[in-house]
Amino acid sequence: MFVVFFISNVVPTDPARIVAGENATEAQVVALRTEMGLDQPLYVQFGRYIADLATGDLGKSLYTQRAIADDLLHRLPATLELTIAAMIISIGVGVPLGVISAVKRNSWIDQLLRILSVSGLAVASFWLAMELQMYFSTKLGWTPLNGRIGGWGPDEITGFYVIDSLLGGDWASLWDTLHHMLLPAVTLALPAAATLVRFTRAGVLEVINSNYVLYERAMGFPTSLIIWKYVLRNALISTVTQIGLIFGALFAGAVVVEAVFDWPGLGTYAVQSILQSDTKAILGFSIVVGIVFIGVNLLVDIVHTFIDPRTIQ
Amino acid sequence: MSVLKRLLSDRAASLGAAIILGLVLVAILAPWIAPYPGDVTAFHLADRLQPPSAEHIFGTDRMGSDVFSRLLFGARITISIAVIAVGVSVAIGVPIGLLAGYYGGFPGGFLMRTSDIFLAVPQIVLAIAIAQTLGPSVENVILALSLTYWPFWARLVYAETNALKKQTFVEAALALGASDLRVMVLHILPNTASAIIVRTSIGMGATILTAAALGFLGLGAPAPTPEWGRTISEAREFLPEAWWYAAAPGLAIFLVVMGFNLLGDGLRDILDPKLRKGSR
Repeated sequence: MFVVFFISNVVPTDPARIVAGENATEAQVVALRTEMGLDQPLYVQFGRYIADLATGDLGKSLYTQRAIADDLLHRLPATLELTIAAMIISIGVGVPLGVISAVKRNSWIDQLLRILSVSGLAVASFWLAMELQMYFSTKLGWTPLNGRIGGWGPDEITGFYVIDSLLGGDWASLWDTLHHMLLPAVTLALPAAATLVRFTRAGVLEVINSNYVLYERAMGFPTSLIIWKYVLRNALISTVTQIGLIFGALFAGAVVVEAVFDWPGLGTYAVQSILQSDTKAILGFSIVVGIVFIGVNLLVDIVHTFIDPRTIQ
Repeated sequence: MSVLKRLLSDRAASLGAAIILGLVLVAILAPWIAPYPGDVTAFHLADRLQPPSAEHIFGTDRMGSDVFSRLLFGARITISIAVIAVGVSVAIGVPIGLLAGYYGGFPGGFLMRTSDIFLAVPQIVLAIAIAQTLGPSVENVILALSLTYWPFWARLVYAETNALKKQTFVEAALALGASDLRVMVLHILPNTASAIIVRTSIGMGATILTAAALGFLGLGAPAPTPEWGRTISEAREFLPEAWWYAAAPGLAIFLVVMGFNLLGDGLRDILDPKLRKGSR
């Protein structure tokens, strides 16, 4: 944040000139510069920015003149909804496949999963997004091309369309939202699922040879019970930390995926701001993402203590 | 030598190494092996958006240029961005990690907290923010990526140095009158080398993906540059008819990142058994 703030002030673009437009006179630009506080020394500007930040004010967008904090807050639910959907897909797919891969290690299915997980980490998400969009939306017409919903969306309560349509009993909107969400969420989930397969596999392999598993086997517990109940719980400890990291990665990855699918979230906002050289908006965006990021890490630490009693002293 | 031998006995890692070697060769030899070396900037409107054929194995783009030739020249950009950005990150991160880990205390804490600030925001977001403020060009992409990725090496070397400085061999060297600098560079640094090498290989893959994403978002090199991410975004408006236009650079990115990841995984298993997760 500090870094970006200072770089943005070293770069020789004049925000006042952008706001004033191309036909503004020199006097207008100077007046605007005073109004925006740009004639003050850098440390004063930075101090002001921080003071505003403390009250939740991220400044105004250079283009729309709307408060950046409001815009971002309004768009946050869309990104969170997409991120959470991708999260659910990646856990739902990644963890079971990781367990299967570990239990049947070195079999053909393990080899196949390993090839798939290495591939999933190597693919550029924006490219995958475009290819999926081209195939499933444009060619087959199975999924909507872009956006979050066809019509106006459900009555807004939380901003999360899935929750709002459930609360309002609006089944058509729910279906439409899920339909729109499918491709972006799958695209976003792929690298995360690949990471989870690898981590779950490693975690299960570490636990599966321990003495208590041997004991349970000797007691005649069915293998599936041992694996899915006792082994998984211990194996997932490292995976939970990973899930926290993955949430951050998904949230960040959403920037690019949203841009392809025109998903009206933070990512699309960031990309629009890039195109308009709206530095303050980008700065506000990085700060909001940073806050979510830190919040998630805190949450992971808390969840960790529930799963792993050893961390409570 | 034994490291190389073991690397070659690992099928996945040698495949990765082969891919990277191929990429480097292609990047160097691009002007000679490209079927139409002039097509990076030239345009032939009569041949616009031709599907793959014997003359144009990956088809032609919106300017009628040969997609395959542009792809080969794009390899040069990709590899130079990744090598320089990762090189600068290593050059910044390793000394910082070494100093912070060795001296600890307030200056060490200060350096590490600085790296925490950089890590608090996701890499792609930080890279976007920096590249956007600097303006679109290849140099600025490199700068943005270097500023974004150095903390990874700083943290790695910091952790290793912190553990190593308590070892007996460091005490022995100090007792023999070696200076701090000598201990750091000649005794501690070589012991962190394997971790740095592993991290660097995997970091190359991540850097290439982020660089491509920046190019795709329009933050990379300007128009006629055959950068892969930019090419994909140019190809977008011609989908689905001109499928080859976006498919070629996308697959190229995939192949290269895969190569670095496979090599990194293989190197980790060989050089850094501590880091190995689960048995093979």
